[in-house]
Amino acid sequence: MLELYGATLRSRLLLGTARYSSPAVLKEAVAAARTEVVTVSLRREAGAERAGQGFWSLIRELGVRVLPNTAGCHSVKEAVTTAHMAREVFATPWVKLEVIGEDDTLQPDVFGLAEAARILCGEGFEVFPYTTEDLVVAERLLTAGCRVLMPWGAPIGSGRGLNNLFGLGALRAHFPHVPLIIDAGLGVPSHAAHAMELGFDAVLVNTAVAQAGDPVAMAAAFAQAVEAGYAARAAGPIEPKDFGTPSTPVIGQAFLG
Amino acid sequence: MKILVNGAWHDTEAVKLAVALGELGYGDQVVATAVNGEFVGAEARAHTTLAEGDRVEVLAPMQGG
Repeated sequence: MLELYGATLRSRLLLGTARYSSPAVLKEAVAAARTEVVTVSLRREAGAERAGQGFWSLIRELGVRVLPNTAGCHSVKEAVTTAHMAREVFATPWVKLEVIGEDDTLQPDVFGLAEAARILCGEGFEVFPYTTEDLVVAERLLTAGCRVLMPWGAPIGSGRGLNNLFGLGALRAHFPHVPLIIDAGLGVPSHAAHAMELGFDAVLVNTAVAQAGDPVAMAAAFAQAVEAGYAARAAGPIEPKDFGTPSTPVIGQAFLG
Repeated sequence: MKILVNGAWHDTEAVKLAVALGELGYGDQVVATAVNGEFVGAEARAHTTLAEGDRVEVLAPMQGG
């Protein structure tokens, strides 16, 4: 079981709710992913359109936990204010804290992130910081009060997978008891399985599912991959070697030359 | 007076934020509000006074990654 800020979860796949072709597809994808946590955001609402109200009704019907994000925030103040607004609307202390530092890669501004995390943790928020694999930043976030970290695999929406295997492996090894969730950049289920085999606790996927040809089937495929990767990690994978080792016994082999 | 709501100017005679939100059709909606970049909680809207040129943000639940 995965424990995040005291919440016990069976599923290790978190799902984003953006970029689906319709609310019905989103609903089916959430079911197929067997996810228990979905990410949501806050955006301007035109009084007459009530789009947000419809979306919120849909999410509540799903019966899953929500993890509000601060997507699009570029400053500490924006992120902190957005977190306050999200806490009121979604009635949860959870916040996926994003402070974007670079628009081409959507790389987090880790300095602003650490500062915003310090403020929000001090105010009782349970912060899920979207960060890089940098160990020093991770330490700073934990010192600020974060008890979960969300390192990126690759830039948001890029589908590149795990860009820095060595760095992510080092992060896992350095913080063996901190829940680490790979957030952003996964493209296919094998990326998710790989993350789990490396020992990560969970993955968060959005674009890879929502923009797939068949989002519902892809959600199911990610769910299987996460389960397989987690089971494989627990089963103790063999160490890679540079040369071949016969798997069939050599003793008893016939001399036929 | 004129206030800027979600980036668009509106004329209102409402002095309090809660009244202005009702005029704009948000009365019964699940929204979060900020005035001039500062969060205003739901309970504070009734006694939050608006002034000419105030920037009001009205945000609702939306899809997110």
